[in-house]
Amino acid sequence: MGRVVVEVMPKPEILDPQGKAVVGALPRLGFTQFSGVRQGKRFELEVDGEVTPEILAAAREAATTLLSNPVIEDVVSVTDASAEVAAVNA
Amino acid sequence: MSATAPTSVATGITGARIGVITFPGTLDDRDAARAVRLAGAEAVSLWHADESLHDVDAVVLPGGFSYGDYLRAGAISRFAPAMAAVVDAAKGGMPVLGICNGFQVLTEAHLLPGSMVKNDHLHFVCREQAMIVENARTAWTNEFRRGQRITIPLKNQDGQFVADERTLDELEGEGRVVFRYDGRNPNGSRRDIAGITNERGNVVGLMPHPEHAVEPGFGPASEEGPRAGTDGLTFFTSVLSSLVHA
Repeated sequence: MGRVVVEVMPKPEILDPQGKAVVGALPRLGFTQFSGVRQGKRFELEVDGEVTPEILAAAREAATTLLSNPVIEDVVSVTDASAEVAAVNA
Repeated sequence: MSATAPTSVATGITGARIGVITFPGTLDDRDAARAVRLAGAEAVSLWHADESLHDVDAVVLPGGFSYGDYLRAGAISRFAPAMAAVVDAAKGGMPVLGICNGFQVLTEAHLLPGSMVKNDHLHFVCREQAMIVENARTAWTNEFRRGQRITIPLKNQDGQFVADERTLDELEGEGRVVFRYDGRNPNGSRRDIAGITNERGNVVGLMPHPEHAVEPGFGPASEEGPRAGTDGLTFFTSVLSSLVHA
């Protein structure tokens, strides 16, 4: 089984209120090392066979048309993660 | 139930049919339909999975949490069969009003620019919100005066309107900012924008809820007394006027 991973992040110029809440909570548990947090999304797209270049291209298109909204988000990566699946199943 | 709409409007548009779309997770469809009836028109319930708009004269996309706001608010609803018909009809000039989640659906469907993100203070907000009418020429605002201050409820979590600077300048330059929050900005929206319209003025989206301020006794506080505010009714009488004069 193959897997494509798509990662989406809020655009740098858009204030990320969720990240702001998380960075505010970290020091309460003693994590004072982190000065900023931005929270994004990770999508794992499963395919039955191998991840071919065509499938990667389709995943890139899905990433920009449905999985992200270009007004507020950037697609930061679309990668073939089939090796991760194989390692877990080994 | 007796309608409290001005009789001139109620009788002038006999036969106007205004559709209200229900998506899975829509909450305010019944209030929107009631507002349509109080304004003097027939409310037609439309289902998201239906490809036909059943010959309605205008469409309201009501508030709520369609598809649980999964992925992004409005992102899944945009692909509903009824939305293909709405996009076509809107491009042909049919009046379309998106309220709250309906506004989010309109931006995801690219009928209106920009997008909504979480409120800057992270809290759900529920309040009676004052705003200024900046454009009284749209299909849904033509019975307001430009500069008029109105109060209707605001209730959301993802209400912060954002767009890039170029888009914001375009909206301002073309007079397409329809409403601006008055007083403290409740959610961090760029340039205090509460609602916008398309180039043609037939599609309007806003975060506050006109359908909850349409009947004395059940609206926000006003000069007439507690819960007496009916500023929201003017959205629905405006669209009836625009249909009569179309």
